[in-house]
Amino acid sequence: MNAVPLLQVDAVGKSFEKPDGQELLVLEDVNLQLFEGQIIGLLGRSGSGKSTLLRLIAGLAAPSRGQCNYLGVPVDGPAVGISMVFQSFALFPWLTVYENVALGLEAQRLPRVEIRRRTLAAIDLIGLDGFESAYPRELSGGMRQRVGFARALVVHPNILLMDEPFSALDVLTAETLRTDFLDLWSEGRMPIKGVILVTHNIEEAVLMCDRVLVFGSNPGRVLSAIEVTLPQPRNRLDPLFRELVERIYVEMTARTGGVRADARTEFFPGQGIGSVMPHVSTNELSGLLEAVAAEPFKGKADLPKIATDLQMEIDELFPVAETLQMLRFAELEGGDLKLTEAGIAFAGAAQDERKRIFARQLLTYVPLAAHVRRVLDERASHVARKSRFIDELEDFMSESDAEQTLRAIIGWGRYAEVYAYEDESARFTLENPA
Amino acid sequence: MQRAIRDYHFGFIRELATRWDLLALIVALAVVAFLAEASRGLLAPLSQLDATPLSLAPVHLPVYAARTTLRMFAAMVLSLLFTLSYATWAAKSARAAKLLIPLLDILQSVPILGFLSVTVVFFLSLVPGRVLGAEFAAIFAIFTSQAWNMAFSFYQSLRTVPTELSEAADSFHLTPWMRFWQLEVPFGLPALIWNMMMSMSGGWFFVVASESISVGQTSVALPGIGSYIALAIQQRNLHAIGWAIATMALVILVYDQLLFRPLVSWVDRFRVEQEPGMEPPASWALTMMRRSRLINGLSVLFYSTVRWTSWQSAPHEALQAAAPKQPRPRWRGWKLLWPALLLAIVALALRKLAQTFAHTQLAELQTVGLLALLTLARVVVLIALASLLWVPLGVWIGMRPRVAQWVQPLAQFLAAFPANLLFPLAVYAIVAWQLNPDVWLSPLMILGTQWYILFNVIAGASAMPSELRRAAQNLGVRGWLWWRRVALPGVMPYFVTGAITASGGSWNAAIVADLASWGSTKVRAHGLGAYIADATTAGDFHRIVLGIATMCLFVVAINRVFWRPLYYYAERRYRQT
Repeated sequence: MNAVPLLQVDAVGKSFEKPDGQELLVLEDVNLQLFEGQIIGLLGRSGSGKSTLLRLIAGLAAPSRGQCNYLGVPVDGPAVGISMVFQSFALFPWLTVYENVALGLEAQRLPRVEIRRRTLAAIDLIGLDGFESAYPRELSGGMRQRVGFARALVVHPNILLMDEPFSALDVLTAETLRTDFLDLWSEGRMPIKGVILVTHNIEEAVLMCDRVLVFGSNPGRVLSAIEVTLPQPRNRLDPLFRELVERIYVEMTARTGGVRADARTEFFPGQGIGSVMPHVSTNELSGLLEAVAAEPFKGKADLPKIATDLQMEIDELFPVAETLQMLRFAELEGGDLKLTEAGIAFAGAAQDERKRIFARQLLTYVPLAAHVRRVLDERASHVARKSRFIDELEDFMSESDAEQTLRAIIGWGRYAEVYAYEDESARFTLENPA
Repeated sequence: MQRAIRDYHFGFIRELATRWDLLALIVALAVVAFLAEASRGLLAPLSQLDATPLSLAPVHLPVYAARTTLRMFAAMVLSLLFTLSYATWAAKSARAAKLLIPLLDILQSVPILGFLSVTVVFFLSLVPGRVLGAEFAAIFAIFTSQAWNMAFSFYQSLRTVPTELSEAADSFHLTPWMRFWQLEVPFGLPALIWNMMMSMSGGWFFVVASESISVGQTSVALPGIGSYIALAIQQRNLHAIGWAIATMALVILVYDQLLFRPLVSWVDRFRVEQEPGMEPPASWALTMMRRSRLINGLSVLFYSTVRWTSWQSAPHEALQAAAPKQPRPRWRGWKLLWPALLLAIVALALRKLAQTFAHTQLAELQTVGLLALLTLARVVVLIALASLLWVPLGVWIGMRPRVAQWVQPLAQFLAAFPANLLFPLAVYAIVAWQLNPDVWLSPLMILGTQWYILFNVIAGASAMPSELRRAAQNLGVRGWLWWRRVALPGVMPYFVTGAITASGGSWNAAIVADLASWGSTKVRAHGLGAYIADATTAGDFHRIVLGIATMCLFVVAINRVFWRPLYYYAERRYRQT
């Protein structure tokens, strides 16, 4: 390992200004060092600020605090020598494969002969020969992302940034691209010296990275750093590999909820309603409850196991599991999801009984839902505008988070029949409540 | 860049020329000849217009058609330049956008023929004694009928460039100039081309109306189909009118086939949603252009120009070796200067308005208001009638793909066809049967614009998912219930879009539709259109401006109060996502 890091991120934070002028912190105090020959993974769920960090490193956005140093020089704009592969490929649909790859070199005003030589070399390296004159729309997702890779490599960057590069691909294609990438990397055939990979796939992180930074949300921050010293190529079925995956699951669940099932958060104005709710439907909630209650889990499920069984990515599974925890239907600890009494009762009940249990949990443990219901009860008209609650929420979160939180509350409240909502007039009412 | 890959793959040529080359050559030469023919008269002195009076002999129609088309083309080029600069300015500067965007909204509500009445004298004085001045006035009128919605569409596109594409452009250090030509223009192109096509179909109406105009003492008849028609009306020559209508139809057809079909088909590659397997719209003309090296050369030339200019401009600052980057001090002066500038503009505008309307009588205002209400009533009734007729028909057609395939292009063609060419026939009928002009002149207002309702509804009905229709069938939903619950909600957003266009167009058409003549017989309806037309003939600028301003206010108000909320409501409530 070289002594001078390729990239040094020092106490970087990012916040956005809310409409009311207050600051909204999305990334807090991140430190990292990337050395030559390293692949660092940024692992976390959506909203944990990992993509934001990647953009700060790329110079596409400026940090609010701290700074990123590339080869000892602060990054203050798109840096030469750092290039990026995008989740949705970001190819220019009106340019052919060749033209897409050549674009970065044209921006550098290289001689035409040089551009052609390097473009064809990159296309060749990434396995795209024969596709030079194709337009992106003619290609499959996998081929498109290969163009994304070729385009990023052709400018001979020192650092390659990858923003969930395989998440828009199907399982098979993603695996092929990962393997190809790792082969090229370990054979040293790519011009790059270091890689930063953003992902929400735990196995992908363990498979590819030398070091994994686990991110937590609200605000986005690094929870822990895990070294992966397994030799390449790695085997997913290797017990050591499984152990690391399990360990990361534990890391990611240990500090997410943080509230024990027996501790009830009281509702105080300005407190308790401030948490962002994920948009999880009641079908997903009851689906997971039923799955955990049934064989072979019988009320207690290992998260990596159930994720594999239900074919869910952590980005899909975690919000559901956490919502169950918030509603005290389950406890989330040590990488396990364990049903509470209410959870078991819900899983075994019929429709009407389920609704009753759900309503009870909702009004007891979700302060915002209780708040909405109380406001409706107190008013003679039993009507309240949605904007009223949005305004309250925006003291704590961004506009889009407030919207999403209220969407979640509306869905759950409708299911539990504790209040109704009219979309056209954007009002909560007490019509047809239980 | 186009070049490089072509050299690489198709390095040698076998045949000397393909059939397509030949075809392309013929077409290209014809275009050149036509342009030369058409522009020959431009520099002629104005008096020559009187010296060589228009002739109703059909032999002259090709030349007249050429002049008319050239005007159209010139206006389109102008509109394009305007769009690229105005919309870009508005999109890049939030400060400027605050003024530019509402201004655009007002401008698109100003009756276009009103513009003409005001500007023709100005342009004539710009190039005294030359036909060019009159040409400018006509071209400017057409420009005003095309530019606004194109600018809107491009502005919208610039604002919605996908984040990741924009980030990719940044991270590969594209300069603003490269970014504009390689990202922003291509991204905005599909919407822009579509709007150009829409503008064009509106434009024929105005090109015909703007060729023959008299403001007070100044009277101009530019050689073209519009003037030909005007002369035919004067001389009560029905044959000539028939010839003109046929020529116009042919010109529109050719324009569509040679210009817009290829463009629409070509622009398909610029769509960002990349669904593999979608069949791009076909165009024989595009196939010709693609296979012909002649036209290929032109496109390579264009790309090379873009590249060359990109090359000439300084590279991205990050790429300038060792240039110590220092934060460019932003000039703070704008913060003070901008409001001052705005204030000055507003003050000047107010003074001008005050001067113009200083002597306006209250009675005059009342008359104008009353006439505007009358026109409004007509527009409302006509849109309602047209909707009653075309919505059910459009739904019926749209649900039958085989029929829609034929009717859809026909409806688009009819929308493009300048309805004012048909006015003489209507007037002839009114005179012959002694009908009440207040009632029977009204349909002329909507003659050309009703098709927007029809083809939008057809589009909506064809777009309705067949699963929905099957489901309705399966549930036994029939009759009135089917219309209420399935068909009407399904086409609602499309209908509203069509109705907005139709309504705006009708206001514009009022200026020519309220007052029509056949030889020396004049037929007139009471309305704002007749008021403006009268004022124009009399050269009474004060009343022209008053009439235009009133119409403009009415249109803006109706758009804001009625159409816009309805549009958003329909979008939210009925759009199938």
